[in-house]
Amino acid sequence: MIKKIITLFLILIPINSYALIEVDITRGNLDPLPVAVSPLSIDEKSRKSFEKTLNKENIGEEISSIVENNLSTSGLFNPLNKEAFLQAPDIANLKPRFEDWNLIKAQALITGKVNYVDDKLRVEFRLWDVLAAKEMMALAFTTVPTNWRRVGHIISDKVYERLTGEKGYFDTRIIYVAEEGPKTQRIKKLSIMDQDGFNNKFLTLGNELVLTPRFNPTSQMVTYLSYFKNLPRVYLLDIETGTQEVVGDFPGMTFAPRFSPDGKKIIMSLAKDGKSDIYTMDLENRIVERITNHPSIDTSPSYSPDGKFITFNSDRSGYQQIYIMKSDGSNVKRISFGNGLYGTPVWSPRGDLIAFTKLHKGKFYIGVMRTDGKGERLLTENYYQEAPSWSPNGRVLIFYRETKTNDKGEGFTAKLWSIDLTGYNERQIKTPTDASDPSWSSLLSN
Amino acid sequence: MNRSIIISSVFHAVLIIVTAMSLPFLSKKPLDIPPIVSVELIQIAEKTNVPFAPKAKKIIEKVKEKEKLVSEQAPPKKVKKTKTKTVVSPDQNKKKIENQTPEAIPLPDKTVKKIKTKEENKQNPEKVDKEVKQVSEFEKKDLFDPNNIAALIDKSKEETAKVIKKNNDITQDQERNIENTGLTLSEEDALKAQIFGCWSIPLGLPYNENLLVRIKLKLKPDGSVTKTEILDHARMNKPGQGFYKVLAESALRAVKLCQPLRVPTTGYERWKELQLNFDAREMLEG
Repeated sequence: MIKKIITLFLILIPINSYALIEVDITRGNLDPLPVAVSPLSIDEKSRKSFEKTLNKENIGEEISSIVENNLSTSGLFNPLNKEAFLQAPDIANLKPRFEDWNLIKAQALITGKVNYVDDKLRVEFRLWDVLAAKEMMALAFTTVPTNWRRVGHIISDKVYERLTGEKGYFDTRIIYVAEEGPKTQRIKKLSIMDQDGFNNKFLTLGNELVLTPRFNPTSQMVTYLSYFKNLPRVYLLDIETGTQEVVGDFPGMTFAPRFSPDGKKIIMSLAKDGKSDIYTMDLENRIVERITNHPSIDTSPSYSPDGKFITFNSDRSGYQQIYIMKSDGSNVKRISFGNGLYGTPVWSPRGDLIAFTKLHKGKFYIGVMRTDGKGERLLTENYYQEAPSWSPNGRVLIFYRETKTNDKGEGFTAKLWSIDLTGYNERQIKTPTDASDPSWSSLLSN
Repeated sequence: MNRSIIISSVFHAVLIIVTAMSLPFLSKKPLDIPPIVSVELIQIAEKTNVPFAPKAKKIIEKVKEKEKLVSEQAPPKKVKKTKTKTVVSPDQNKKKIENQTPEAIPLPDKTVKKIKTKEENKQNPEKVDKEVKQVSEFEKKDLFDPNNIAALIDKSKEETAKVIKKNNDITQDQERNIENTGLTLSEEDALKAQIFGCWSIPLGLPYNENLLVRIKLKLKPDGSVTKTEILDHARMNKPGQGFYKVLAESALRAVKLCQPLRVPTTGYERWKELQLNFDAREMLEG
């Protein structure tokens, strides 16, 4: 009993202590994170085997430079100069000497090892937190040696995801329209490449005009518009197998076919009787359904990632503006109210933003706004640019930009560019020819 | 029956004791209501610049008027003797002496020396913190205006005692104030500015989610961190909390990178434990 009382007494005695001081940290720097990408170590036997099969002298270094390039182009990371590294790659992979990496101001370290096992490429890599002196992630992949570039992209995606909290976008492809020849007689071919510009391939010969290729968000299927006997046709192309089919001939003009988020429908605009409305087509039963019915021009439809809403542009207010509606065509609501004309709205895969092209006072802008139209941000301004397409993580936009011709009609170019949501990280994506109408695929590996 | 009464009375006694100990005003002598001075207390440091509120100004003006009246009534002759006795009275504790800085009161040479030697002995920052409390410009100028004090002292011993009591009250109040509000504005600013520079915000985080990472730090007097503890640690390893984990790791990196932290040179007891609340929403929203 006495014990209980004493315990109670002790509990209730007020402890005279200082209140814990709280400091709110609401700002930080937006500088890229310094990362050290150590070359992947490789033993002599494996090195020789890969040299034979892939004609690459040191595949470990090649893969690490893919990772380095990807992280650098994201704008979120700053890969440090390899010449400053104090520790050899093979030892670093076993147990990094964190003091050495700390010394060159690295906050994260990527190490790894490449092996040639049973005619296959085996890569293991580790991500280290240098300041906390601990391993953050360790993974291994085995694949055919020809896939070595994809291995670099997959490692980049895993590192990106672990350090930023969102999925990466490096193991992806971009489909676009490759353009050649003078402006009046352009030859347009469907082309595909890795997101870093490598492995470029032409998918059509250039006999017919191709326009607006768009990736299916769930598979490696593409829909695009091509002219056959001067009539637009919507095609489906399976990138994996190369098979192509006509979805349908549509009377009048057809514009901008795009997949629904589940990949089962195509949404597009069709011009009939002097007005243009939005339609969907079910790819299984080929039933066409009209979504809008308004005596104005409604074009460029794009689904929200949950498939419940559609954004499109329309001139029903007198000027071309951006609208959203439910996927059945009800509750149409205008969301853009700024000066100028707004077009090509594309809903972000994250669902929080809509990207658009804006024309104002003779300049073209690529910008983003929230789905309620608030928070409009113009990311880039130029003479002519349009057709933004989101990276699968909703962080980067790819679009094309044309340059002005001079008096003699020379100097015209069309190139692909990317910009991230901060608006600071703008880069040209190198293509063998001029390029337009890019579309970003979803991640090839999940 | 008897047993119940005994238990009940024991409990009542315990409760009374506990209540008595819990209520600090009971343990101290009841304070005299300060008759004259009302002071706007701020924590002063180099960068702090808090203007007096209009209300406070009015009070200050009133106080000045009152004090002027007092000083007019007081004959100035006996100042020296009484001043020495009252201000550097051996009965007074260190706090009082510290409060009355040489700047504020033109004391006789001997007294100043005494004070200086005491100050020099206090090399230990912990002690200094407890004992040295800065006083606002207002306090220095008005409360310790030599004329006023002289006048008060001259009046009678009772009056001087009141002034000293008042000084004590102010010291206690200010101490309480610092305890309650934590660091001064400039101390907080310095620490924040340092961590802002070290914290690389993961830009992929969603701006519309409630992501707040609270980290408790244990610090050495030189600002180096001996222990970090994420207060919602369980959330780190929960599925679907990837963003929280990324933010928490970035915050930990910032703390490690910033070491030693720019902490105040004094008052270790106050800030030996700190809580940093990392919130990136403002930055991510753009």
